[in-house]
Amino acid sequence: MQTATDQRPAEATETRRFHVFRYKRGDKASRFDTFDVPLPSRMTLLDALKWIQLHRDPSLMLRHSCYHASCGTCGVRVNGREVLMCVTDVHDLGLDITVEPIANVPVLADLVVDMEEFYARFPDEYPYVRSSEFNPEASAPDGIPAYIRYEDCIECGLCLSACPIAATTDRYVGPAALAAAQRMLEEPRGADTAELLDWADEPDGVWRCHAAFECSEACPSNVNPAARIMALRGVLVGGAFVTPDRMEEAR
Amino acid sequence: MSQTTSTDRIPGLEERTRRGPVLRKGVGVSPSGWFDPRGRTIGSWAFAANRITGLGLVFYLYLHLGVLTMLLVGESMWNDFVELATNTVFLLLDVLLIFGILFHGLNGVRVALVGTGIVPDRQKALFWAFTVIGTLLLVYAAIHVLGGE
Repeated sequence: MQTATDQRPAEATETRRFHVFRYKRGDKASRFDTFDVPLPSRMTLLDALKWIQLHRDPSLMLRHSCYHASCGTCGVRVNGREVLMCVTDVHDLGLDITVEPIANVPVLADLVVDMEEFYARFPDEYPYVRSSEFNPEASAPDGIPAYIRYEDCIECGLCLSACPIAATTDRYVGPAALAAAQRMLEEPRGADTAELLDWADEPDGVWRCHAAFECSEACPSNVNPAARIMALRGVLVGGAFVTPDRMEEAR
Repeated sequence: MSQTTSTDRIPGLEERTRRGPVLRKGVGVSPSGWFDPRGRTIGSWAFAANRITGLGLVFYLYLHLGVLTMLLVGESMWNDFVELATNTVFLLLDVLLIFGILFHGLNGVRVALVGTGIVPDRQKALFWAFTVIGTLLLVYAAIHVLGGE
Protein backbone atom coordinates (compact mmCIF):
# COMPACT_ATOMS: atom_id res chain seq x y z
CA MET A 1 0.00 0.00 0.00
CA GLN A 2 1.31 3.43 -0.95
CA THR A 3 1.49 6.08 1.77
CA ALA A 4 1.69 9.84 1.45
CA THR A 5 5.36 9.64 2.42
CA ASP A 6 6.04 7.18 -0.39
CA GLN A 7 4.66 9.66 -2.87
CA ARG A 8 7.28 12.32 -2.13
CA PRO A 9 10.41 12.21 -4.27
CA ALA A 10 13.28 10.95 -2.09
CA GLU A 11 15.14 14.24 -1.65
CA ALA A 12 12.14 16.61 -1.83
CA THR A 13 12.60 19.53 0.53
CA GLU A 14 10.10 22.11 -0.73
CA THR A 15 6.84 22.34 -2.63
CA ARG A 16 5.41 24.37 -5.47
CA ARG A 17 1.73 25.16 -6.01
CA PHE A 18 0.49 24.37 -9.52
CA HIS A 19 -2.69 25.81 -11.04
CA VAL A 20 -3.43 23.58 -13.98
CA PHE A 21 -5.93 24.32 -16.77
CA ARG A 22 -8.62 21.65 -16.99
CA TYR A 23 -11.13 21.03 -19.74
CA LYS A 24 -12.73 17.90 -21.13
CA ARG A 25 -14.94 17.61 -24.17
CA GLY A 26 -18.49 18.28 -23.13
CA ASP A 27 -17.54 20.50 -20.19
CA LYS A 28 -19.53 23.71 -20.11
CA ALA A 29 -16.50 25.70 -19.01
CA SER A 30 -12.83 25.25 -18.28
CA ARG A 31 -11.38 25.57 -14.78
CA PHE A 32 -8.07 25.52 -12.94
CA ASP A 33 -7.21 22.75 -10.47
CA THR A 34 -4.62 23.36 -7.78
CA PHE A 35 -1.94 20.83 -6.81
CA ASP A 36 0.95 21.08 -4.35
CA VAL A 37 3.96 19.23 -5.72
CA PRO A 38 7.03 18.28 -3.65
CA LEU A 39 10.24 19.29 -5.39
CA PRO A 40 13.49 17.37 -5.43
CA SER A 41 16.68 19.29 -6.21
CA ARG A 42 16.10 18.82 -9.95
CA MET A 43 12.68 18.62 -11.55
CA THR A 44 11.37 19.66 -14.94
CA LEU A 45 7.87 20.93 -15.51
CA LEU A 46 7.10 17.68 -17.32
CA ASP A 47 8.29 15.69 -14.30
CA ALA A 48 6.03 17.78 -12.05
CA LEU A 49 2.94 17.31 -14.20
CA LYS A 50 3.58 13.60 -14.53
CA TRP A 51 3.90 13.47 -10.74
CA ILE A 52 0.46 15.10 -10.50
CA GLN A 53 -0.86 12.60 -13.03
CA LEU A 54 0.62 9.67 -11.11
CA HIS A 55 -0.13 10.72 -7.54
CA ARG A 56 -3.00 13.19 -7.60
CA ASP A 57 -5.15 13.02 -10.72
CA PRO A 58 -4.72 10.32 -13.37
CA SER A 59 -7.30 12.04 -15.56
CA LEU A 60 -4.91 14.96 -16.24
CA MET A 61 -4.12 14.90 -19.95
CA LEU A 62 -0.82 16.09 -21.33
CA ARG A 63 1.24 15.26 -24.38
CA HIS A 64 4.94 14.51 -24.51
CA SER A 65 7.41 12.20 -26.15
CA CYS A 66 11.16 12.73 -26.39
CA TYR A 67 12.12 14.49 -23.10
CA HIS A 68 14.83 16.56 -24.83
CA ALA A 69 13.20 19.40 -26.82
CA SER A 70 13.30 17.48 -30.05
CA CYS A 71 9.74 16.30 -30.69
CA GLY A 72 7.93 19.58 -29.93
CA THR A 73 4.89 17.86 -28.43
CA CYS A 74 5.02 19.16 -24.85
CA GLY A 75 4.52 22.87 -25.47
CA VAL A 76 2.42 24.74 -22.89
CA ARG A 77 2.13 28.21 -21.41
CA VAL A 78 3.55 28.72 -17.94
CA ASN A 79 2.73 31.94 -16.15
CA GLY A 80 1.85 33.37 -19.56
CA ARG A 81 5.02 32.32 -21.39
CA GLU A 82 5.37 29.55 -23.96
CA VAL A 83 7.78 26.75 -23.00
CA LEU A 84 8.53 23.11 -23.65
CA MET A 85 7.73 21.25 -20.44
CA CYS A 86 10.61 18.80 -20.82
CA VAL A 87 13.37 21.42 -20.65
CA THR A 88 11.83 23.87 -18.17
CA ASP A 89 13.20 23.75 -14.63
CA VAL A 90 10.43 24.13 -12.06
CA HIS A 91 12.82 25.94 -9.71
CA ASP A 92 12.90 28.88 -12.14
CA LEU A 93 9.12 29.38 -12.13
CA GLY A 94 8.32 30.88 -8.73
CA LEU A 95 6.12 29.51 -5.95
CA ASP A 96 2.78 29.70 -7.80
CA ILE A 97 2.86 28.16 -11.25
CA THR A 98 -0.01 28.47 -13.72
CA VAL A 99 0.03 25.95 -16.56
CA GLU A 100 -2.22 26.40 -19.60
CA PRO A 101 -2.35 24.89 -23.09
CA ILE A 102 -0.79 26.92 -25.90
CA ALA A 103 -3.05 29.62 -27.33
CA ASN A 104 -4.62 30.17 -30.76
CA VAL A 105 -5.32 26.49 -31.51
CA PRO A 106 -8.30 24.49 -30.15
CA VAL A 107 -7.97 22.63 -26.87
CA LEU A 108 -8.70 18.90 -27.04
CA ALA A 109 -8.45 18.19 -23.33
CA ASP A 110 -6.59 19.78 -20.41
CA LEU A 111 -3.12 20.67 -21.74
CA VAL A 112 -3.49 18.89 -25.07
CA VAL A 113 -4.33 20.96 -28.16
CA ASP A 114 -5.44 20.01 -31.64
CA MET A 115 -2.44 20.71 -33.89
CA GLU A 116 -4.35 20.13 -37.12
CA GLU A 117 -5.09 23.85 -37.48
CA PHE A 118 -1.40 24.59 -36.94
CA TYR A 119 -0.28 22.21 -39.71
CA ALA A 120 -3.03 23.44 -42.03
CA ARG A 121 -1.32 26.84 -42.14
CA PHE A 122 1.75 25.50 -43.92
CA PRO A 123 1.89 25.80 -47.71
CA ASP A 124 0.37 22.65 -49.14
CA GLU A 125 3.23 21.13 -51.10
CA TYR A 126 6.50 22.56 -49.93
CA PRO A 127 7.29 21.53 -46.36
CA TYR A 128 7.24 17.81 -47.05
CA VAL A 129 10.48 15.91 -47.28
CA ARG A 130 12.06 16.77 -50.56
CA SER A 131 13.15 14.16 -53.03
CA SER A 132 16.79 14.87 -52.24
CA GLU A 133 16.15 13.97 -48.58
CA PHE A 134 13.89 11.00 -49.12
CA ASN A 135 15.22 7.60 -48.19
CA PRO A 136 13.27 5.09 -50.30
CA GLU A 137 14.13 2.31 -47.87
CA ALA A 138 12.61 4.12 -44.88
CA SER A 139 9.02 3.21 -44.15
CA ALA A 140 6.64 5.55 -42.38
CA PRO A 141 4.93 4.34 -39.18
CA ASP A 142 1.40 2.96 -39.35
CA GLY A 143 -1.19 5.65 -39.83
CA ILE A 144 1.30 8.20 -41.20
CA PRO A 145 1.30 8.41 -45.01
CA ALA A 146 4.66 10.19 -45.27
CA TYR A 147 7.32 11.89 -43.21
CA ILE A 148 7.11 15.64 -42.75
CA ARG A 149 10.04 17.85 -41.91
CA TYR A 150 10.49 21.57 -41.41
CA GLU A 151 14.26 21.78 -40.88
CA ASP A 152 15.07 23.21 -37.42
CA CYS A 153 11.41 23.75 -36.70
CA ILE A 154 10.06 21.09 -34.34
CA GLU A 155 6.44 22.10 -35.04
CA CYS A 156 5.71 22.75 -31.37
CA GLY A 157 3.36 25.67 -32.10
CA LEU A 158 4.88 27.93 -29.42
CA CYS A 159 5.48 30.69 -31.98
CA LEU A 160 1.85 30.70 -33.04
CA SER A 161 0.75 30.80 -29.40
CA ALA A 162 3.06 33.72 -28.61
CA CYS A 163 2.15 35.78 -31.69
CA PRO A 164 -0.04 38.80 -30.81
CA ILE A 165 -1.42 38.90 -34.34
CA ALA A 166 -2.50 35.26 -34.27
CA ALA A 167 -4.36 36.22 -31.08
CA THR A 168 -6.56 38.54 -33.11
CA THR A 169 -7.17 36.56 -36.31
CA ASP A 170 -7.14 32.93 -37.44
CA ARG A 171 -6.49 34.00 -41.03
CA TYR A 172 -2.83 34.86 -40.44
CA VAL A 173 -0.75 31.90 -41.57
CA GLY A 174 1.63 32.48 -38.69
CA PRO A 175 5.35 32.43 -37.97
CA ALA A 176 6.09 28.71 -38.35
CA ALA A 177 4.62 28.42 -41.84
CA LEU A 178 6.34 31.60 -43.04
CA ALA A 179 9.66 30.49 -41.56
CA ALA A 180 9.28 27.18 -43.39
CA ALA A 181 8.64 29.06 -46.63
CA GLN A 182 11.72 31.25 -46.11
CA ARG A 183 13.82 28.18 -45.37
CA MET A 184 12.63 26.61 -48.61
CA LEU A 185 13.44 29.83 -50.44
CA GLU A 186 16.88 29.83 -48.89
CA GLU A 187 17.61 26.36 -50.23
CA PRO A 188 15.07 25.62 -52.96
CA ARG A 189 16.63 22.42 -54.38
CA GLY A 190 14.63 22.84 -57.53
CA ALA A 191 11.36 24.00 -55.91
CA ASP A 192 9.27 26.69 -57.61
CA THR A 193 10.27 29.71 -55.53
CA ALA A 194 8.05 32.12 -57.47
CA GLU A 195 4.98 30.17 -56.46
CA LEU A 196 6.20 30.07 -52.87
CA LEU A 197 6.71 33.84 -52.86
CA ASP A 198 3.18 34.30 -54.23
CA TRP A 199 1.89 32.21 -51.35
CA ALA A 200 3.76 34.37 -48.82
CA ASP A 201 2.95 37.68 -50.53
CA GLU A 202 -0.58 37.96 -49.19
CA PRO A 203 -2.28 40.26 -46.68
CA ASP A 204 -2.56 37.28 -44.33
CA GLY A 205 0.97 36.15 -45.18
CA VAL A 206 4.15 38.09 -44.43
CA TRP A 207 2.35 41.43 -44.45
CA ARG A 208 0.13 40.51 -41.51
CA CYS A 209 3.16 40.32 -39.21
CA HIS A 210 3.58 43.44 -37.06
CA ALA A 211 7.14 42.74 -35.96
CA ALA A 212 6.53 42.08 -32.28
CA PHE A 213 9.17 39.33 -32.44
CA GLU A 214 7.42 37.22 -29.80
CA CYS A 215 7.71 34.16 -32.04
CA SER A 216 11.49 34.32 -31.96
CA GLU A 217 11.44 34.84 -28.19
CA ALA A 218 9.26 31.74 -27.77
CA CYS A 219 11.01 29.47 -30.28
CA PRO A 220 12.94 26.71 -28.47
CA SER A 221 14.73 25.56 -31.59
CA ASN A 222 16.68 28.56 -32.94
CA VAL A 223 14.44 28.91 -35.97
CA ASN A 224 14.12 32.67 -35.33
CA PRO A 225 10.84 32.89 -37.30
CA ALA A 226 10.55 36.68 -37.06
CA ALA A 227 13.90 37.31 -38.73
CA ARG A 228 12.92 34.82 -41.42
CA ILE A 229 9.66 36.66 -42.01
CA MET A 230 11.59 39.91 -42.28
CA ALA A 231 14.07 38.31 -44.70
CA LEU A 232 11.12 37.05 -46.74
CA ARG A 233 9.74 40.58 -46.86
CA GLY A 234 13.14 41.81 -47.94
CA VAL A 235 13.01 39.46 -50.92
CA LEU A 236 9.44 40.51 -51.72
CA VAL A 237 10.26 44.22 -51.74
CA GLY A 238 12.92 43.49 -54.30
CA GLY A 239 15.91 42.63 -52.19
CA ALA A 240 17.39 46.01 -53.09
CA PHE A 241 18.02 46.92 -49.46
CA VAL A 242 19.19 43.53 -48.28
CA THR A 243 22.90 43.06 -48.05
CA PRO A 244 24.24 39.49 -48.17
CA ASP A 245 25.76 39.65 -44.68
CA ARG A 246 22.45 40.74 -43.15
CA MET A 247 20.66 37.87 -44.87
CA GLU A 248 23.30 35.52 -43.53
CA GLU A 249 22.66 36.79 -40.00
CA ALA A 250 18.92 36.41 -40.51
CA ARG A 251 19.51 32.74 -41.21
CA MET B 1 -33.16 -6.99 -32.36
CA SER B 2 -32.29 -3.49 -33.51
CA GLN B 3 -28.81 -2.40 -34.44
CA THR B 4 -27.25 0.23 -32.11
CA THR B 5 -24.06 0.87 -34.06
CA SER B 6 -25.24 4.08 -35.68
CA THR B 7 -22.81 6.84 -34.80
CA ASP B 8 -25.59 9.16 -33.68
CA ARG B 9 -26.38 6.76 -30.84
CA ILE B 10 -22.90 6.69 -29.31
CA PRO B 11 -23.19 8.53 -26.00
CA GLY B 12 -21.17 11.74 -25.91
CA LEU B 13 -20.03 11.52 -29.54
CA GLU B 14 -21.27 14.98 -30.39
CA GLU B 15 -19.41 16.52 -27.45
CA ARG B 16 -16.23 14.66 -28.32
CA THR B 17 -16.20 15.77 -31.93
CA ARG B 18 -17.05 19.40 -31.22
CA ARG B 19 -14.20 21.89 -31.70
CA GLY B 20 -12.68 22.70 -28.35
CA PRO B 21 -12.20 26.21 -26.98
CA VAL B 22 -9.38 28.32 -28.41
CA LEU B 23 -7.48 30.10 -25.66
CA ARG B 24 -6.50 33.66 -26.49
CA LYS B 25 -4.14 35.92 -24.71
CA GLY B 26 -5.75 39.11 -23.60
CA VAL B 27 -8.48 40.37 -21.36
CA GLY B 28 -12.12 40.22 -22.38
CA VAL B 29 -12.87 39.75 -26.04
CA SER B 30 -10.21 37.97 -28.09
CA PRO B 31 -8.99 40.93 -30.21
CA SER B 32 -7.44 42.36 -27.03
CA GLY B 33 -4.72 39.69 -27.33
CA TRP B 34 -2.33 42.18 -28.89
CA PHE B 35 -2.42 44.22 -25.68
CA ASP B 36 -1.97 41.44 -23.12
CA PRO B 37 1.22 42.39 -21.24
CA ARG B 38 1.62 39.03 -19.47
CA GLY B 39 4.88 37.37 -20.36
CA ARG B 40 5.60 39.71 -23.25
CA THR B 41 8.96 41.03 -24.32
CA ILE B 42 10.12 44.41 -25.60
CA GLY B 43 8.96 43.78 -29.17
CA SER B 44 5.36 43.31 -28.08
CA TRP B 45 5.46 46.33 -25.81
CA ALA B 46 6.69 48.42 -28.73
CA PHE B 47 3.99 46.94 -30.97
CA ALA B 48 1.23 47.67 -28.44
CA ALA B 49 2.53 51.17 -27.72
CA ASN B 50 2.71 51.85 -31.45
CA ARG B 51 -0.97 50.97 -31.81
CA ILE B 52 -1.99 53.06 -28.81
CA THR B 53 -0.01 56.11 -29.91
CA GLY B 54 -1.40 55.64 -33.42
CA LEU B 55 -4.95 55.69 -32.11
CA GLY B 56 -4.07 58.70 -29.97
CA LEU B 57 -2.66 60.59 -32.95
CA VAL B 58 -5.77 59.86 -35.03
CA PHE B 59 -7.90 61.13 -32.17
CA TYR B 60 -5.72 64.24 -31.90
CA LEU B 61 -5.96 64.89 -35.65
CA TYR B 62 -9.75 65.09 -35.52
CA LEU B 63 -9.62 67.08 -32.28
CA HIS B 64 -7.22 69.49 -33.93
CA LEU B 65 -9.49 69.92 -36.95
CA GLY B 66 -12.41 70.49 -34.60
CA VAL B 67 -10.49 73.13 -32.67
CA LEU B 68 -9.53 74.92 -35.88
CA THR B 69 -13.21 75.37 -36.72
CA MET B 70 -13.24 77.95 -33.91
CA LEU B 71 -11.61 80.26 -36.42
CA LEU B 72 -14.86 80.22 -38.33
CA VAL B 73 -16.73 81.45 -35.27
CA GLY B 74 -14.62 84.50 -34.70
CA GLU B 75 -11.37 86.04 -33.55
CA SER B 76 -12.36 86.50 -29.93
CA MET B 77 -13.26 82.82 -29.49
CA TRP B 78 -9.95 81.77 -31.00
CA ASN B 79 -8.04 84.17 -28.76
CA ASP B 80 -9.85 82.80 -25.70
CA PHE B 81 -8.89 79.28 -26.73
CA VAL B 82 -5.24 80.21 -27.29
CA GLU B 83 -5.12 81.70 -23.82
CA LEU B 84 -6.56 78.48 -22.39
CA ALA B 85 -4.15 76.37 -24.43
CA THR B 86 -1.12 78.06 -22.92
CA ASN B 87 -1.80 77.00 -19.34
CA THR B 88 0.39 74.31 -17.79
CA VAL B 89 -2.09 71.44 -18.14
CA PHE B 90 -2.45 72.02 -21.89
CA LEU B 91 1.30 72.38 -22.28
CA LEU B 92 1.80 69.03 -20.52
CA LEU B 93 -0.67 67.55 -22.99
CA ASP B 94 1.47 69.04 -25.75
CA VAL B 95 4.48 67.19 -24.31
CA LEU B 96 2.40 64.01 -24.27
CA LEU B 97 1.50 64.64 -27.91
CA ILE B 98 5.17 65.09 -28.79
CA PHE B 99 5.94 61.81 -27.02
CA GLY B 100 3.27 60.08 -29.13
CA ILE B 101 4.62 61.55 -32.36
CA LEU B 102 8.22 60.68 -31.51
CA PHE B 103 7.46 57.14 -30.40
CA HIS B 104 5.15 56.36 -33.31
CA GLY B 105 7.49 57.90 -35.86
CA LEU B 106 10.74 56.42 -34.60
CA ASN B 107 9.18 53.01 -34.00
CA GLY B 108 7.80 53.18 -37.54
CA VAL B 109 11.32 53.74 -38.85
CA ARG B 110 12.55 50.81 -36.72
CA VAL B 111 9.85 48.50 -38.07
CA ALA B 112 10.55 49.65 -41.63
CA LEU B 113 14.27 48.99 -41.26
CA VAL B 114 13.61 45.54 -39.83
CA GLY B 115 10.60 44.71 -41.98
CA THR B 116 12.23 45.42 -45.31
CA GLY B 117 15.03 43.02 -44.52
CA ILE B 118 17.68 45.74 -44.14
CA VAL B 119 18.41 44.71 -40.55
CA PRO B 120 16.07 41.74 -40.03
CA ASP B 121 17.67 40.65 -36.77
CA ARG B 122 18.41 43.93 -34.99
CA GLN B 123 15.01 44.94 -33.66
CA LYS B 124 16.10 45.16 -30.01
CA ALA B 125 19.25 47.17 -30.70
CA LEU B 126 17.24 49.56 -32.88
CA PHE B 127 14.57 49.86 -30.18
CA TRP B 128 17.09 50.99 -27.58
CA ALA B 129 18.93 53.25 -30.02
CA PHE B 130 15.70 55.00 -31.00
CA THR B 131 14.65 55.15 -27.34
CA VAL B 132 17.79 57.16 -26.56
CA ILE B 133 17.25 59.44 -29.57
CA GLY B 134 13.55 59.87 -28.77
CA THR B 135 14.22 60.63 -25.11
CA LEU B 136 16.76 63.33 -25.98
CA LEU B 137 14.36 64.91 -28.48
CA LEU B 138 11.49 64.73 -25.98
CA VAL B 139 13.53 66.41 -23.24
CA TYR B 140 14.60 69.14 -25.66
CA ALA B 141 11.00 69.67 -26.81
CA ALA B 142 9.62 69.62 -23.26
CA ILE B 143 12.09 72.28 -22.12
CA HIS B 144 11.03 74.53 -24.99
CA VAL B 145 7.28 73.90 -24.61
CA LEU B 146 7.17 74.28 -20.83
CA GLY B 147 9.81 76.99 -20.78
CA GLY B 148 7.80 79.16 -23.14
CA GLU B 149 10.52 79.42 -25.80
